[in-house]
Amino acid sequence: MEYELNLSINKQPVKITVEPHLTLLEVLRDHLTLIGTKEGCGTGDCGACTVLVNGEPVCSCLMLAAEVERQEITTVEGLAVNDELHPIQSAFVNQGGLQCGFCTPGLLMSSVALLEQNPRPTEVEIREALAGNLCRCTGYDKIVRAVQAAEEVEHV
Amino acid sequence: MKRFDYLAPQNLTEALQMMADRPEAIPLAGGTDILVQMKEAQRPVEALLSLKRVPEVHQITQNGKLTLGAAVTAGQLATDPQIQQAYTALANGAGLIGSIQIRNMATVGGNLCNAAPSADTAPPLLVLGAQAVIVSTPGERMIPLEEFFLGPGRTVLQPGELLKEIVVPQPLARSGSCYLRQTPRAWMDIAVVGVAATITLAADDTIAEARLALGAVAPIPMRTTAAEKLLTGHTLTDDLLQEVGTAAAQAAKPIDDLRASADYRRHLVNILTQRALRSAWAKAKDSQGA
Repeated sequence: MEYELNLSINKQPVKITVEPHLTLLEVLRDHLTLIGTKEGCGTGDCGACTVLVNGEPVCSCLMLAAEVERQEITTVEGLAVNDELHPIQSAFVNQGGLQCGFCTPGLLMSSVALLEQNPRPTEVEIREALAGNLCRCTGYDKIVRAVQAAEEVEHV
Repeated sequence: MKRFDYLAPQNLTEALQMMADRPEAIPLAGGTDILVQMKEAQRPVEALLSLKRVPEVHQITQNGKLTLGAAVTAGQLATDPQIQQAYTALANGAGLIGSIQIRNMATVGGNLCNAAPSADTAPPLLVLGAQAVIVSTPGERMIPLEEFFLGPGRTVLQPGELLKEIVVPQPLARSGSCYLRQTPRAWMDIAVVGVAATITLAADDTIAEARLALGAVAPIPMRTTAAEKLLTGHTLTDDLLQEVGTAAAQAAKPIDDLRASADYRRHLVNILTQRALRSAWAKAKDSQGA
């Protein structure tokens, strides 16, 4: 049984036919070759698969692709504009907010959503907003500094 | 994941007809429990019935009472200013589930129907006097939430039945509520103990009514009416709080498991009951009435 989906991904319309057991993560990576979003656990615990649906962070590993038809999906590939890094990306680079980089796409998406709602978050607010994104390398300190350093972001 | 049939009704009538035709179909709201069970525990699923396109279960209505569609998300409950103000324990509980990502997907109906003893929306809804509206093709029934849970992972829902909404009565004037829980980690964890409390104050600041509910210390989320009655008619004092905390701990039926020992859980029930009551009392004092 196949399901025809109309999606909007990074502001581009995408029409795709999928079997309904596929998660959004699988469709992004395996069918659309948007491999920026990572699978860390597959069970919604680590946040490496975080994408934005209508601007809200969700775990794409637990979201069936069929559940997001006609929704606005934003992945890490949608942050940079014409080879110019998004302010949050520049901040992570400049502050050294990553080591292996595997958790980074998910963290960027959660950070973008946070700053969209709260351009000047406190450290407590940052740590709470990023609580669903686990990092095994950095100890989070420079991640927090990166979010603090990011300027007010344009609506993604 | 193994393949399953994906049913996509466009409204509640269609959903109920599909459930009657396929009683083995499991309703899918946020997916944060069922998909994990399918992936990790290999839960066999023949068909998922998506509620995504069923508008009747996504609505929040506040007109005196609060009516929550079963597919309202934990994030909506946690951030709604009116719910934070008037149904504080519910906002507390919903706001503690998982992470922001999970709260944007997880639903109150899913939290209740998954029926984990530690469900964070259950003790709040129990003390707030919630009722569950259950629908099927033959009709509709409404039961107190106390009667909804049968055991870990089990509810009264029969094949073909769907939890449609939760109805919460308007709190009385001079009421406050609170939900607290203890978890080993700061976030992304399951309650070791959860306590919800409401207090309604009389004109002379004595307690007109108090309600307590405990999570994660019994097969189902539970009220503790014996402990509640100790509060009626009295002023809140440290001594009374200790008495009530002890009574609540005695009423709990916790087990030893890898998260905590039964003894430690009873200890936590005592402490969190006192803290939740203090917080509910403070909110009741501050509240401006119905």
